[in-house]
Amino acid sequence: MDYSNILSKKVQALEFSGIRKFFDIAASVKDVISLSVGEPDFKSPWEVRKEAVRILEQGRTAYTANAGLAELRQAISDYLYKRSSIRYDASEQIIVTVGGSEAIDLSLRALIDTGDEVLIPQPSFVCYAPIVKLVNGVAVPIETKAEDNFKLTAKALKEHITPKTKALVLPFPNNPTGAVMRKNDLEEIAAVLRDTNIIVISDEIYSELTYGNERHISISQIDGMEERTVVINGFSKAFAMTGWRLGFAAAPKEIILQMLKIHQYAIMSSPTVSQFAAITALNECEKDIEYMRGEYDMRRRLIVDGVRELGLECFEPEGAFYIFPSIKSTGMTSQEFCEKLVQTHKVAVVPGDAFGACGEGYIRISYAYSLEHIMTALERMRQFLKDIGA
Amino acid sequence: MTDKERIINILRQDARISNEKIAVMLNITVDEAAKMISELEDEGIIIGYTAITNDEKMDKNFVCALIDVKVSPQVSCGYDGVAMKIAAYREVSSVYLMSGGYDLSVTIKGRNLREVAMFVTERLAPLDGVISTTTHFILHRYKEKDKMFTRNTDERSLVSP
Ligand SMILES: Cc1ncc(COP(=O)(O)O)c(C=O)c1O
Repeated sequence: MDYSNILSKKVQALEFSGIRKFFDIAASVKDVISLSVGEPDFKSPWEVRKEAVRILEQGRTAYTANAGLAELRQAISDYLYKRSSIRYDASEQIIVTVGGSEAIDLSLRALIDTGDEVLIPQPSFVCYAPIVKLVNGVAVPIETKAEDNFKLTAKALKEHITPKTKALVLPFPNNPTGAVMRKNDLEEIAAVLRDTNIIVISDEIYSELTYGNERHISISQIDGMEERTVVINGFSKAFAMTGWRLGFAAAPKEIILQMLKIHQYAIMSSPTVSQFAAITALNECEKDIEYMRGEYDMRRRLIVDGVRELGLECFEPEGAFYIFPSIKSTGMTSQEFCEKLVQTHKVAVVPGDAFGACGEGYIRISYAYSLEHIMTALERMRQFLKDIGA
Repeated sequence: MTDKERIINILRQDARISNEKIAVMLNITVDEAAKMISELEDEGIIIGYTAITNDEKMDKNFVCALIDVKVSPQVSCGYDGVAMKIAAYREVSSVYLMSGGYDLSVTIKGRNLREVAMFVTERLAPLDGVISTTTHFILHRYKEKDKMFTRNTDERSLVSP
């Protein structure tokens, strides 16, 4: 059968992510040590795992309400209030999703009609543009630059707004650059958006992982922005719960209602055991977050220092658990660099262009690894750079 | 967490790490790091640095045993006298005072079963104050001092977004 004539042209035209392609290369090499994962090396907090076992023992295995367990939505509402002083209504303004991923998908599908433009600062997480394409929207990348500390600037934003602009994805703290947007940065963005109908999809999945004295602030907290912002967050990164597949969105009730409609047909309800466990995560695991943040922070300093010592230029990230050093000095492309590094010295790092064309010339290194692992990998990279005469 | 607690945490992960790297991680100067470490040593909080070894790999007859020791406490010094005597033996790698059914838990390492058995019958059991011993041989060690004996327990995918 000729499936190419059967399968959706649109889907066939979609490419696998650069990360997936690089995985295939890295997996073909033996004894690779990886600095390539986008998930914590910690196990989910013990209390969370214990609660899941208890819930299973009780046989709580039915669907929940479409939008999620009422008690969990209340806990999310309380959590958001504690962090941002915004009180989202637990029954109308919060939806529990299958990871932040589904929340991103729902919000884009709820907003985009054919031809609508979605602004996507890049380098950034890989899913935004493909989802926009699947709903016949137009993904408009906005390059963020090292000299701006990889922040989105009001100037760049303005240059890309057209009458067709429907939404802005705001992916900070950023994967892969580690950039964050501080209050004054967000105020400049808000000033551009306040008089428009552009909705911000604020992907704050790394909100608990910012370093230094200032904590994460959401654009929804800036004057006039709550009504035009969908806040996306989840349990994967902060609580080390990637495999539980649980996230959420908080937004004006009109937006949540449409998202709920899609969720109801596509998903029904998010995993029940995960939802119960997530209540425990929010209520009892602040100290675990604190501990993990402290560990990441130490590794962050160690790896930035280590990479700079190797002679690579590296922006000091303030959030998430990645660094994004430049490899332009080697004269290689990101792909060449990463392929060669993994093949000759068995260290896997991700080519920067996997996060958007403007990531060319950079690599993403994750520090969600033990100190020992990081130091071994850095040593191999030192040898690699020496061998290629960089 | 205080900086000293962080230093202990780092050294427990890797005691060979340089002061320079510790300083980078804590955002302090190398001198400050060195000073805190020597304070921890002086205060007896850090009592030493040692290698964690997989002895079975070097010598397949190597054995390790946990011995439960019942002791009658002495009037002058309780359990300390006997405990210190046991601890002084070169073969003994740890001695703990326990709650529960017996008093001291003693770990000993030997080149083979016979060596351990001889140690218990000739040196440990006859000590004044020792009432009885129960020897448990350790069959396999999975984790010691926070370190796993097997590598690559990372179940995450090699590369992920
Ligand atoms: C920026 C960003 N957003 C969203 C996600 C999705 O996470 P999840 O679906 O596990 O919540 C990720 C995962 O890597 C991410 O890096």
